[in-house]
Amino acid sequence: MGHAPGGPGAGGDCWGACVGLGLCLPPQSGVPPPVPTGAPCPQWPYCRKRCSYCNFNKYVVPAVDEAAVRACLVREARTLLRLSQVQSVTSVFFGGGTPSLASPRTIAAVLEAVAGAAHLPAGAEVTLEANPRSAGTARLAGFKAAGVNRLSVGIQSLDDAELRLLGREHTAAEARGAVEAARGLFPGRTSIDLLFGLPGQSRGAWARGLEAALGLCDHHVSLYQLTLERGTALAAQVSGGALPAPSQDLLADMYQTARAALVAAGFRQYEVSNFARKGTLSTHNLSYWRAEQYIGVGPGAHGRFVLRGEGGRSREARVQTLEPDAWMREVQSRGHGTRRRVVLSPLEQLEEVLALGLRTDEGVTHERWGRFSPHLSLEAIFGAPGEAKALQQQGWLVLDGGGLRCTWRGLALLDSLLPALLCQLQRRWAPPAAPALPAQGAAPAGGGGAPRRSP
Amino acid sequence: MSTYPVESIRNFSIIAHVDHGKSTLADRLLEITGTIAKTHHNKQVLDKLQVERERGITVKAQSASLFYSHEGANYLLNLIDTPGHVDFSYEVSRSLSACQGVLLVVDANEGIQAQTVANFYLAFEAQLAIIPVINKIDLKNADPERVEKQIEKLFDIPIDECVRISAKQGTNVEKVLQKVIEKIPPPQCNTADPLKALVFDSTFDHYRGVIANIALFGGEIQKGHKVVSAHTKKRYEVNEVGILTPNEQPTHKLYAGQVGYLIAGMKEVTEAQIGDTLFLYKQPVEPLPGFKSAKPMVFAGMYPVDQTEYNNLKSALERLTLNDSSVTVHRDSSLALGAGWRLGFLGLLHMEVFNQRLEQEYNMSVIVTAPTVPYKAVLSSAKLIKDRRAVQKDMLYIDERRVILKYLFPLNEIVVDFYDALKSLSSGYASFDYEDAGYQAADLIKMDILLNGNPVEELATIIHNDKAYATGKFLCERLKDAIPRQLFEIAIQAAIGKKIIARETLKAYRKNVVAKCYGGDITRRMKLLKRQAEGKKLMRKIGNVEVPRDAFIRVLKRQTDK
Repeated sequence: MGHAPGGPGAGGDCWGACVGLGLCLPPQSGVPPPVPTGAPCPQWPYCRKRCSYCNFNKYVVPAVDEAAVRACLVREARTLLRLSQVQSVTSVFFGGGTPSLASPRTIAAVLEAVAGAAHLPAGAEVTLEANPRSAGTARLAGFKAAGVNRLSVGIQSLDDAELRLLGREHTAAEARGAVEAARGLFPGRTSIDLLFGLPGQSRGAWARGLEAALGLCDHHVSLYQLTLERGTALAAQVSGGALPAPSQDLLADMYQTARAALVAAGFRQYEVSNFARKGTLSTHNLSYWRAEQYIGVGPGAHGRFVLRGEGGRSREARVQTLEPDAWMREVQSRGHGTRRRVVLSPLEQLEEVLALGLRTDEGVTHERWGRFSPHLSLEAIFGAPGEAKALQQQGWLVLDGGGLRCTWRGLALLDSLLPALLCQLQRRWAPPAAPALPAQGAAPAGGGGAPRRSP
Repeated sequence: MSTYPVESIRNFSIIAHVDHGKSTLADRLLEITGTIAKTHHNKQVLDKLQVERERGITVKAQSASLFYSHEGANYLLNLIDTPGHVDFSYEVSRSLSACQGVLLVVDANEGIQAQTVANFYLAFEAQLAIIPVINKIDLKNADPERVEKQIEKLFDIPIDECVRISAKQGTNVEKVLQKVIEKIPPPQCNTADPLKALVFDSTFDHYRGVIANIALFGGEIQKGHKVVSAHTKKRYEVNEVGILTPNEQPTHKLYAGQVGYLIAGMKEVTEAQIGDTLFLYKQPVEPLPGFKSAKPMVFAGMYPVDQTEYNNLKSALERLTLNDSSVTVHRDSSLALGAGWRLGFLGLLHMEVFNQRLEQEYNMSVIVTAPTVPYKAVLSSAKLIKDRRAVQKDMLYIDERRVILKYLFPLNEIVVDFYDALKSLSSGYASFDYEDAGYQAADLIKMDILLNGNPVEELATIIHNDKAYATGKFLCERLKDAIPRQLFEIAIQAAIGKKIIARETLKAYRKNVVAKCYGGDITRRMKLLKRQAEGKKLMRKIGNVEVPRDAFIRVLKRQTDK
């Protein structure tokens, strides 16, 4: 049977997923216990300009004290890795902002810090997001030398008029150049970002753009529908009537066209927005959707991990301080700038596992579900007559030996399926019964053998 | 009070169209006579209700007794403030019957308006002295000369009888008081006569019971007297009498010709109805003419937002109607909304004020709908009248400018907004009264609303054949807006038996998945999804269609865009 939960070294070297249930997975003979793993996500929050559709935590400043920021990223990475007690890193992803604006020296320093605090395997995926304007061959070579082995180029569109509408600082020609340079240095390990559903964009324009992108891309494409976020310049133009908002039907058509075209070109749609050829799935992104541990480092970064280094036992949702200067002060004074941390209850973790896992073509496997819910299987929750069964009958969902996942049609409507599935999960889930007390004697915690005084 | 002989008393009212300045003039008169201190804060002093002060309207008539000296003599002037809005014309007429004269206030820019005319006729028919007062002469666009000519032409009152004032600034207001004394006769009554008191208003006080505003047409009244209501025949003992200044000030006795209040152990305002006559026990008198129960003109269904609020709403309604005997209340129920009431109001403003008081004073939010109208199913037509299936019965000219039209209407057609539409179309000049003409055979059918073929019980209606298409289409459109898109198409139909007469289609979602969870920020998305999950739990299922709980309310809710 299991053992009483405890801090580090108290038996189960589980990687934290099961803790919070008060139970630990029994170590299986002959199989070494899994090692805590995690994926650091360092953020470089600075950009040269703000795109018209962007509402992310980004800062446009005339001058960046790179050395100071670097030092803080390094320090926070070390601190958080130590707090998480992650022993082996699965991948690293430099996001932001525009990480390609940071110097290769900064990238190298952060990777060094990571390698110093945990084991960074030689072949681990290290991705850098790049803007075409800061992705010249020389610069990219510098990043490669620093340890980057995968590049994600934000091209968004290959049409100059569209790029202007989006407020991008590069031209289509520059975008092409950047992708070619990237493919040269990171062959088979280059990804491009594409946007569809721009205000005023026609089906024809999108079809042409897609074709152009397919002619240029490597083996990985991330495809996003433009969302008009409140407060952005583009949203203001649309709500003011200067630009038309695309209709729901048009957006649906564009998405389905793209999916079909990419699949026809040999891509596998492994997630709602992500397509990969020749097995080049992004390890890092998979860790989000598989509810593995990831460690956000830098202003506004998000993380999900267990603070085993503090004796923590449950997976936390964490956010680092948004504003760079404030974040730096905090890192300098106490080693990290964590603004918010919330412990996720077992049910909340399961909800995330479900909502994220269903975004992938693999869905939620029985094994993964079992790590978060060892006592109630997918079958127990979703197999009984109810919402999931109905959705299966309607052809949106599948529950079988492989787990729970969306069908091809269902994936496009996931947000219509999830509320019902969450209802079913909430209804049918219950915490496990309390474990039997360890057989050490009649004494409860607090003493060995002394009779307890009644209050 | 005994020091004021009848000859020294003047009972008068201020009448006018809405916003021409009655209440402001009342403020100034109160100040001048020292009844209230002269400060900047005196604004609509007689409007005691919060809703009155907010909207700048008078809802309940109040009164005040003013003491004034003129040329060496002391006078007792009883002022009765009246509502200006068309909804309250009955209350105006009762207040007038207690007066011998009126100040007819007219805005110097707007000139004569609908209520000016209506009120003039009321005063004229009551044979009261009429003093025209032209107000707001301080404003830039004021044209008192033009208005005086209007008055002379329409009402036959000589120009030199008009008084030009600015109530806001106080200009010439003293002259008004002098005119009141000179032109308005004292009441013709005798304290030696038996008691005859007109009730022209009543309010409810939690500690003292009903306070009735009375005008004595004969006799005297004091504590200990036993009085009888001509209408209810009930007997009461007087606990207190007094005058209003404008707050209650008890006195020993009230005499014929005077105006004040009375407290006599009445428990509900329905026991002191406006227009009623009070006399001494064992000394009955001829009741004062013109009494009638207030007739509701506009009806509405009122339901609690949630059935658990039913009792709270019930007691709020009871308390609010304590002080408003002109609201009629009947219990009612609806499949969609549960148990509620059907309320009758004197007009749309009356209803709105009532709702506002419900919200402000009792913190209740309610669903207001068009009311259900009783029908018996059996079987058998100006543009307003034509659209409402009316049958003309009679037409009679009163004089060169007024005509009475008699029509037979189905009740259904007038309960909601006929009165208001009539007033609107005629710029307020038309007036309206009705009486029950019994049940009549009509071409009525039952109309169903279907969602993907499944009937929605709560929205089924009995409706006249002629109206079926328009109403059906309207309900379908409203329902389409109230239901969220789903994974399949939804056909919303109105049907009579098997025949579909209207249809709206709610298309299915084709794409509904958020593109990107930026950098691991899953929290926001989870919050949204969980909120949607909560919403789903509250939804009703009709066939396979998920309908939010408030969908029916949104469909049935009365439109308040006026």
